[in-house]
Amino acid sequence: MAVTTAEQRTAPKATKRKKNAFSDGQGTLAAMLLAPTLLVMLLVTGVPIVMSITESFFRANGGVDPNTGLVNTGTAFVGLQNFTDIFAHPTLVVGVYGSLDRLINAFINTSLFTVVCVVLETILGVAMALIMARAFRGRGLVRAAILVPWAIPTIVSAVMWKLIFNTDGVANKVLGLSNTPILWLGDNKYSQMAIIIADVWKTAPFIGLLTLAGLQTIPAEVYEAAKVDGANAWQTFVRITLPMVKPALVVAVLFRTLDTLRMFDLPYGMIGPGKYSVETLSVFAYQEMSATRYGTAASYSIVLFLYIVLIAFLFVKLLGADVVGDEELKAVNDQRKRMHALNKKQGKAAAVRSNITSGSAAS
Amino acid sequence: MTQIATPVIAHLTPEELGALQKPNHDARWWVGKIASVIGMAFIVLYCLVPFYWMVISSFRLPTMGLSNDYIPNPISFENYPGVFSSQNNFFRAILNSVVVSVTTTVLTLVFGIIGAYALARLRFAAKGFVLSIIIGASMFPGVTLLIPLFKLFTGSYDWFPIHWLNQYQAAIIPSLSFGLPLCVWNLTAFFRQLPVELEQAAMVDGCTPGEAFRKVILPLAAPGVFTTAILTFIAVWNEFMISLTFLQARDMKTATVALSQFTGTLGFNTPYGSIMAAGVITTIPLLILVLFFQRRIVAGLTAGGVK
Repeated sequence: MAVTTAEQRTAPKATKRKKNAFSDGQGTLAAMLLAPTLLVMLLVTGVPIVMSITESFFRANGGVDPNTGLVNTGTAFVGLQNFTDIFAHPTLVVGVYGSLDRLINAFINTSLFTVVCVVLETILGVAMALIMARAFRGRGLVRAAILVPWAIPTIVSAVMWKLIFNTDGVANKVLGLSNTPILWLGDNKYSQMAIIIADVWKTAPFIGLLTLAGLQTIPAEVYEAAKVDGANAWQTFVRITLPMVKPALVVAVLFRTLDTLRMFDLPYGMIGPGKYSVETLSVFAYQEMSATRYGTAASYSIVLFLYIVLIAFLFVKLLGADVVGDEELKAVNDQRKRMHALNKKQGKAAAVRSNITSGSAAS
Repeated sequence: MTQIATPVIAHLTPEELGALQKPNHDARWWVGKIASVIGMAFIVLYCLVPFYWMVISSFRLPTMGLSNDYIPNPISFENYPGVFSSQNNFFRAILNSVVVSVTTTVLTLVFGIIGAYALARLRFAAKGFVLSIIIGASMFPGVTLLIPLFKLFTGSYDWFPIHWLNQYQAAIIPSLSFGLPLCVWNLTAFFRQLPVELEQAAMVDGCTPGEAFRKVILPLAAPGVFTTAILTFIAVWNEFMISLTFLQARDMKTATVALSQFTGTLGFNTPYGSIMAAGVITTIPLLILVLFFQRRIVAGLTAGGVK
């Protein structure tokens, strides 16, 4: 009798498998606690994005009604025309790259700024981190100094650099070009350089700060071992420092990349709106919105949105950026991946399911 | 070589002792040391020289806004009263900035703190999904959200006619879209650092989970909450695009928007002196925060993983 009850008691336990390692029966509580946060996010982010997508399929009725003589109002559904018009009816503008559709011009500007700025910022930032990591004293001073560009509002730094890059400004003076000044703010390729300089100035120290935090987690023993093995400085940097700082660096670079892709304040505040040589997707979409052409504005902002999603996806997939940074979650996913690879190797298709679940439950 | 056992000291002359105490550094060490000092100096100059230019440009005579003297001659403080003149209305702009930033920061904490705690402590199936949503939302292009909101707040939708342009909530609500993810993300990182045994001990002592959170975790997480508040405040204070869109009226502009739109008293000349002075005034509160709480801020930036 006692034996059978024991069997009855254990039987359901054995068959009941957790679908997910995280199901600890805390789901309901978590849902309750997270509800206010997620509700607000749904309202301030979720709803507008849906509205934006909807809006991108419409276009304001323009022109004058021939019958009434009044200006047309309201919107009309145009499907994907806002997007296809880029090729069908391009709005040609002349930026730095010759005559191009305004959206394509903005797209190239955005990409150029992102690539150049992020590469320069990463190189400078890592260099700064290496210097700071070796510092004997004065770290406090440097850390305070490094936070200054970060703390200055971007628009303030934009007007600051606008003064510096003025035709009669100090940049031309320092470069010895007072007689043949460069027109940095004149909507040309120098304006692009000015934007890049201003952006790199503001954010390279920040990458340095995050990289330094990564550097400080590397144990000194590793370097000592390398020294014992006779590695030179460059080998140590490439074989030890870079790989060990990579997780922190990749995430920092990813966030900087996404941030630069939506750059707005610098071109708008420094060179001005409607300057094609520095017009980014954000500025362009904003200009369309200011002109109350909500449909096209929304569709261009969706282009930017999809671009950002694509880049983020590539970062996570190709460079393995661990954006979420939750150790428990990461451990479970890694375990799942390992088990999956193991099972694939063994070629036991039937065993896959049970191994994954038991493996993840064990963690 | 220099590490000589202490008993020997008694047999040494003062000169020998002095020579021994001097650290025995070779040329390599000195090269490294000098390179490091030069490097540090470079970083400090890199970060501060442009800022120095802004500060000294604010101390020039208003008529000498474009002067390139490395030290203003004569030094003048006239730009500062000019910033607050009725024409620029900058005091009101700062007030608006404070209202928007403080309200947004408080709202993000109110709505974020419990959620962040749940994310840090509870185990539930959708955790990875929720974390991805939150980090995704913080990376969202602001302009994508602005467009429908601008249309909405200008009363352009027949089904929801509200006219919120030039009212604080029009800037606060979109600011939540980046402030809340930032806040939740940071707080989650801080809560994770607190050992779970704290709550367990409190609950063993008879606290409910809610009480354990309120009486044990919240006081301990206060530094983290405070840092998060500072980071959120700075982010909202520095925000430009949302304020530019929704607070356009003269009396409603925030500091960042107002200073970008200063006009000169004399014709078309850009009043660089007063713009720089306004820039300094806008930046000073942040610099004070940064200098006082630099350790915390750096810890928040790196631990929170908010870039």
